[in-house]
Amino acid sequence: MAADIVLKGKVHKYGSNVNTDEIIPARYLNTTDHEILAKHCMEDIDKDFVKNVVKGDIIVAENNFGCGSSREHAPISIKAAGVSAVIANSFARIFFRNSINIGLPILEAPDAVKAVENGDIIEVNLSKGIVTNITKKETYSSHPFPEFMQKIIQSGGLFGYISGKEL
Amino acid sequence: MGSTITEKILAAHCGKKIVEPNEFIESKVNMALANDVTAPLAIKEFKKLGIKKVFDKNKIALVMDHFTPNKDILSAEHVKFVREFAKEQKIKYYFEGGNVGVEHAILPEKGLVLPGDVVIGADSHTCTYGALGAFSTGVGSTDIAAVMATGKVWFKVPASLKFILTGKLNKWVSGKDIILYIIGLIGVDGALYNSMEFTGATCKKLTMADKFTMANMSIEAGGKNGVFTPDEATEEYLKDRAQRNYKLYTSDKDAKYLKVYEINCSKIKPQVALPFLPSNAKDASDIKKTYIDQVVIGSCTNGRIEDLRIAASVIKKGKKVNSNVRTFIIPATPAVYLQALKEGLLTIFIEAGAVISAPTCGPCLGGHLGILASGEKCVSTTNRNFVGRMGHVESQVFLANPAVAAASAIKGYIATPDEI
Repeated sequence: MAADIVLKGKVHKYGSNVNTDEIIPARYLNTTDHEILAKHCMEDIDKDFVKNVVKGDIIVAENNFGCGSSREHAPISIKAAGVSAVIANSFARIFFRNSINIGLPILEAPDAVKAVENGDIIEVNLSKGIVTNITKKETYSSHPFPEFMQKIIQSGGLFGYISGKEL
Repeated sequence: MGSTITEKILAAHCGKKIVEPNEFIESKVNMALANDVTAPLAIKEFKKLGIKKVFDKNKIALVMDHFTPNKDILSAEHVKFVREFAKEQKIKYYFEGGNVGVEHAILPEKGLVLPGDVVIGADSHTCTYGALGAFSTGVGSTDIAAVMATGKVWFKVPASLKFILTGKLNKWVSGKDIILYIIGLIGVDGALYNSMEFTGATCKKLTMADKFTMANMSIEAGGKNGVFTPDEATEEYLKDRAQRNYKLYTSDKDAKYLKVYEINCSKIKPQVALPFLPSNAKDASDIKKTYIDQVVIGSCTNGRIEDLRIAASVIKKGKKVNSNVRTFIIPATPAVYLQALKEGLLTIFIEAGAVISAPTCGPCLGGHLGILASGEKCVSTTNRNFVGRMGHVESQVFLANPAVAAASAIKGYIATPDEI
């Protein structure tokens, strides 16, 4: 296995049941353009998200993140907005599947979710399943990402992984 | 140790005798579907693989139902892109224009999804077909692209929750009320990653429409699938529809369940789920007077002929919907539309002042044909009431059965049919 996958950024924190209608409202589902989807990411739950997000930032949320529709546009908009990872207590299953498939790292890490606050700078080591809170100087452990999932993420998604080249 | 119906179907599709919860399997797929929102992404991914032909042109359904009749230029381009792909690949089940219905209503109606099948769809409400005793679940576009190439998909075998339904249903109580009640009980993630198996004496009394509605909304509790044991009603429904042979599965008596819930349906009254989660279910009769601006009766949840009959029985001949309430009736398929016409239901609706729409998902997801402005409230027979679901971020959706929706349309506020 190559070097660990480590992601670092500022936290944008939300509660439970953030749903796909809030992540990318249906009024934008008439396009598959990643850049347009990115411009409307999280629009119906946090209209300033797109203004505030910086490449590498990390979304942290409580339970059942991504519930609702099967629209892959939701994780695509998050990834295209520059978010490097999503951490939550739990994810809706279709969102989980879609995120891995498009190469958006997501991690279930309840200890981190409990302690991390909006605006904290954190570092996520996916390969080891460790979240470090640089602001608070704390460390929280979770499960390491399975190796095949790390490879999917590094290949930019399932199809990159299957065809063995970055898409 | 015995197996559940879900475990048996999955085992049969991955070449194993037995599968157990949390086991990863690679399953064959009997039908894969996508719609005008999710198919374009799936086709783009499929084309990147450089494969010339789909795995089986008879096992893919492309249903142009979400933003159709095309609401704008971008949507029209999407449908054009999918149509050209369907033609090039000779996809047998392509639905658009006069033969399109809401996907989860039209595929069972045409006998394309059957008991014992594994069905996946790039639409979260694909779980609807569990009503027939199939394993069906929603996935994303990339998964559909992979299935179009290989005919296979990976799953983690879900553990099962058993819901034993007993008791006689009260007047105006339908499958919609039972499932809203259950979601209210266990929460929007109460079945996360799990299978929801519905069983018990009351199931025999449910119509197929009730079962479709309940399986349809198992995703609103986070469920991977919702499933009923096929019975005489299932076979009767399939008699003149099934396009293939099918196999009936039943859970073993000693099958293992993560949790068992006993639901006394005689205690359930018509339910309304308040904004902004389907789990905010309350007795409709307990809701304080809430004036509304719109009513929608339709969707993959409640747009079948049984639903329109119930709505028409509340409105009856000669009644008018309240002048403050825009009322949309959306038959889920052309066959439902035609049947409603033949039975005189459309006359009742039109004379009452309702609008009849072409079959479409339309307003359910805030697509088109009935978008809400800020501050507006809608009683809808659809399945989600999330923030901004049907339009403006400050609009509100209240989920209900068709009888409550029709009563509310007449009264102008959230009402029960007993008030009519």
